[in-house]
Amino acid sequence: MTTPTPTTDGSTPGLRRVGLYATLVALALIFLVPLLWMVITSLKTYTAAQQIPPSWLPNPLAGYGYEQILNNSANPVLRWFLNSMLAATLHSALVLVTASMAAYSLARLKFRGRGVTFALIVGTLFIPPTSLIIPNFLIVDQLNWIDTLAVVVVPGAASAFGVFFLRQFFLSLPNELEEAATLDGANQWQIFYKVVLPLSRPALATLAVLSFLTNWNDFLWPIFVLFSPEKLTLPPGLGLLQGSYVTDYPVIMAGAVLASLPVLILFVLAQRHIIQGVSRSGLKG
Amino acid sequence: MADVIEVGAARGDAPPPAANAVRRSASAGRTRRATPYLFLAPYLVLFGVFGLLPIVLGVWLSVHQWDFQLPNRPFVGLDNYKQLFSSDSAVYGDWWQSVRATAIFTVLSVPLLVVVPLGLALLLNRSFPGRTFFRAIYFAPYVLGVAVIGLLWRFLLDANLGLVNRLLGVVGLPSDTPWVTNMPWAWISLVGVTVWWTSGFNAVIYLAGLQDISPELYEAARMDGANAWQRFRNVTLPGLRPVLLFVITTTVLASANMFGQSFLITQGTPGTETRTVVWFIVEEGLRNNNAGRAAAMSIVFALLLAVVSIANFRLFRYKED
Repeated sequence: MTTPTPTTDGSTPGLRRVGLYATLVALALIFLVPLLWMVITSLKTYTAAQQIPPSWLPNPLAGYGYEQILNNSANPVLRWFLNSMLAATLHSALVLVTASMAAYSLARLKFRGRGVTFALIVGTLFIPPTSLIIPNFLIVDQLNWIDTLAVVVVPGAASAFGVFFLRQFFLSLPNELEEAATLDGANQWQIFYKVVLPLSRPALATLAVLSFLTNWNDFLWPIFVLFSPEKLTLPPGLGLLQGSYVTDYPVIMAGAVLASLPVLILFVLAQRHIIQGVSRSGLKG
Repeated sequence: MADVIEVGAARGDAPPPAANAVRRSASAGRTRRATPYLFLAPYLVLFGVFGLLPIVLGVWLSVHQWDFQLPNRPFVGLDNYKQLFSSDSAVYGDWWQSVRATAIFTVLSVPLLVVVPLGLALLLNRSFPGRTFFRAIYFAPYVLGVAVIGLLWRFLLDANLGLVNRLLGVVGLPSDTPWVTNMPWAWISLVGVTVWWTSGFNAVIYLAGLQDISPELYEAARMDGANAWQRFRNVTLPGLRPVLLFVITTTVLASANMFGQSFLITQGTPGTETRTVVWFIVEEGLRNNNAGRAAAMSIVFALLLAVVSIANFRLFRYKED
């Protein structure tokens, strides 16, 4: 099929294809080898992980790292895993409910103060969230939320991103939808719940996945607002694990694998939504 | 249009019109006026408490001497701000060192985080079997959190046991580089890890931008005899300008807010040379109980970033003319 017609740079299309794939694979290795190394090390014994030069395959194949993190009362990794799961799920649900309702109001309803409200919400997108950490700490302290589940679920849901993101999507829906539903006697709540939301499933799924990821991975906030070992989520827990195991890498890597698995699985399953969400966020610029 | 009609027709549960008409019109006016606000209310509560209140509270804190453990929190005017700018204050040295660390990291990382992902995007922006697969692989590290990335790279960059030095040894390069504890290696490590971790993210944004450029423009350029570089220079770059502006602005902000990488990988070393502004702010405010001073730092930092963002925007707007 590929008749070797010389191209502008003198090489043949076949050769160029080989070059393309060689580059793609080399780059893929750079991104993948560190992750593979994490998995490989997590399956080694302590002694095998200390070997120089290290072996590419875990020999003997050991459950040592995982045994350590699963039967460990000082570092209850499984508990952190469940806390993270619960926090990220509840956070994602909270974002979906509050942001979709607010975005519907801002995109499809007319009311006094709409412009100002939207401007205020979008305005906060330009304030780096890190600069609000100190006052936010004071607020959750006053609410007695320090060291509770609420402190890692609720405050992040104030982010303007979800509202902004869904509003854009709702604006793109045709006006005739409401008109037909209104003629039919539906009230705003019914239009929102039975017409707009079902049509917005892709956008809602994207926001749900992105919110889950953000919350699951959050590190800076939980390390300062969670203290008790049984209250931690995985990211601050991993920090603790590194502190207690220092160079016992199979254990530390087993913890890292446990923290990576859910998001990597989510990425494989919802790749389209994640990539679309990210690329759409760039197009607003 | 077909959808709209179906939506109407499918609602078989609609009440008989006559019976409900009166009740509906009586309450409609009232409900309708309140409805938009009711929809907004749940979010606005969150936004008010955790989005707006912290802004006001931050300003208020910054003019007080606020210690979480002391009952008296006196008003101190602009003292917290003055301390940041007067060289004889106790905090001056550490504060400016953190600003310096943040500036170094931003200046070193942003060009790479703008250029490398663009290269990846150009590579992926053609049709070949496996394109989606490779895009997914390049993006994969980004879905992992900084805690995982930090632990993983602390291990990979370990001077003795780390894979990086082992691999360098295999190809005959020095295999005892102190990647995370000495300069300039610490900065090279932090920048390298960040490029590895987040390039896929910017690449995906570029890809969306590249796909918005009309193929006819490339065709026309080819007709005019433009070579690959000329097509990139005269079609791709101008077409990407808005996306480029977005990428640069968000990347500068992300780099300036770096925390986890240096907290976990270099742990601030050597000395406190890689301790960033965000790190110093939380340490001062939440560990050393100087919430007032930390709030003042937050505000100075946010203003600095705003200035940088505006400068970015101006620069690119100007070029557009």
